[in-house]
Amino acid sequence: MPQVTLTVNGKSHTVEVEGRTLLVELLREKLRLTGTHVGCDTSQCGACVVHVNGESVKSCTLLALQADGAQVTTIEGLAKPDGTLHPMQEAFREYHALQCGFCTPGMVMAAIDLVQKHPQGLSEREIREGLEGNLCRCTGYHNIVKAIAAAAEVMHGRRSEIARAAE
Amino acid sequence: MYDFAYHKPGSVADAVKLLTADPEARPISGGQTLLPALKHRLNRPTALVDLSGIAELKGIRKEGDTLTIGALARHVDVAESAEVTSAIPALARMAANIGDIQVRNRGTIGGSVANNDPAADYPAAVLGLGATIVTDRRRIAADDFFQGMFTTALEPGELLVAIEFPIPEKAGYAKMRNPASRYVMTGAFVARLRSGEVRVAINGAGPCVFRQAEMEKALSANWSPEAVANIRQSPEGLNSDIHGSAEYRAHLVTVMAKRAVAEAG
Ligand SMILES: Cc1cc2nc3c(=O)[nH]c(=O)nc-3n(C[C@H](O)[C@H](O)[C@H](O)COP(=O)(O)OP(=O)(O)OC[C@H]3O[C@@H](n4cnc5c(N)ncnc54)[C@H](O)[C@@H]3O)c2cc1C
Ligand code: FES
Ligand code: FES
Repeated sequence: MPQVTLTVNGKSHTVEVEGRTLLVELLREKLRLTGTHVGCDTSQCGACVVHVNGESVKSCTLLALQADGAQVTTIEGLAKPDGTLHPMQEAFREYHALQCGFCTPGMVMAAIDLVQKHPQGLSEREIREGLEGNLCRCTGYHNIVKAIAAAAEVMHGRRSEIARAAE
Repeated sequence: MYDFAYHKPGSVADAVKLLTADPEARPISGGQTLLPALKHRLNRPTALVDLSGIAELKGIRKEGDTLTIGALARHVDVAESAEVTSAIPALARMAANIGDIQVRNRGTIGGSVANNDPAADYPAAVLGLGATIVTDRRRIAADDFFQGMFTTALEPGELLVAIEFPIPEKAGYAKMRNPASRYVMTGAFVARLRSGEVRVAINGAGPCVFRQAEMEKALSANWSPEAVANIRQSPEGLNSDIHGSAEYRAHLVTVMAKRAVAEAG
């Protein structure tokens, strides 16, 4: 069986896979990192988004073997070891940007990539267009957009903490 | 998905050798079309030949009047390339509006053009600019390349290596997207080349991207949105499906062509 060696959330793994094993299957079934979800079989929903070498990709549409040698970050790799949440996670919590939470890991990973690529800031429209690859069946997106706007301010150092949603 | 062997050659020659030795093997670039198809068991290759490690397929270069884009250039690379943005801004904008960010981070121009999905974006630019497709063994004019639904002039085992775009005087692209899939319902790419030739390519509407001769003639005489405003595309042979009727798509051809000319300026 072919082998793949990759770094996931800072830890190196060498895993035996089949040619057809998807990256999301490796993450969920071999490494038991079940925070990354699968919501469709048409590459459209974005529940499976992770970062590969710093860029957001749909892990259901990438072979594990295509990620050989890559640096992968999943939702489990965002919080600090002491449990302090990433500003994007914190913002999703504060702004009620989730209901059932199924889409949330993919939303958070996609949003972090989007914010990192726009250091100059993002308009509401740019945030909505940036989320075209992520579907949510519950929230209606409004709070997700607000959370991302708030997290962007913190991630780019324009605010020191996530503003309270009640403000 | 059925299982398959996986190879990752380091050169075009090695990739072609693998594909020639096994007619059931398929190349894979970004996988954004091939993997969804394999998941639905629409295809059963014995092996996938991953092209992503082949340096000869990479890079974007501007030389004289030609912009050459390597097959492995991802949609995000084309969208963000300074060379593309200055030489053919309509092409950079097209790339920036393919699918979503995650698809653009993986999908490649070579995979899109080799696949020739009737609803794909790039074939309209390739045909609309009269580009040349460079393969491992020959050069193919865009007019000869797109042959029908998901069908091109590529032979089994033949690899798309690069696409050479003539840098036009003006070019514009407009499309109506399906709001769910984000694929093209109908699009129009219009270009006035430095040679004076005017080309209009329509995608999404028919089973394969095609040129609109009547609009080309009208725009040659008068390059303005008004010149195409009263040209009616016949719905004969256009696609009819749950997303839109042939009549609706025919109507969109005129609307998109008008918008594309306005965008080209
Ligand atoms: C959710 C979603 C939305 C999308 N929306 C759009 C859209 O709006 N517009 C659009 O145009 N596309 C869209 N796409 C398709 C996307 O652009 C694909 O990236 C593209 O069609 C194929 O490129 P690829 O590199 O992923 O090719 P792959 O999937 O790797 O390959 C596609 C086909 O081409 C062959 N092939 C690949 N490279 C070569 C080569 N160098 N030489 C010869 N044959 C080759 C493969 O064998 C395969 O048959 C979408 C895809 C998804 C999943
Ligand atoms: S699971 Fe839906 S896009 Fe990956
Ligand atoms: S919170 Fe339920 S799908 Fe988004």
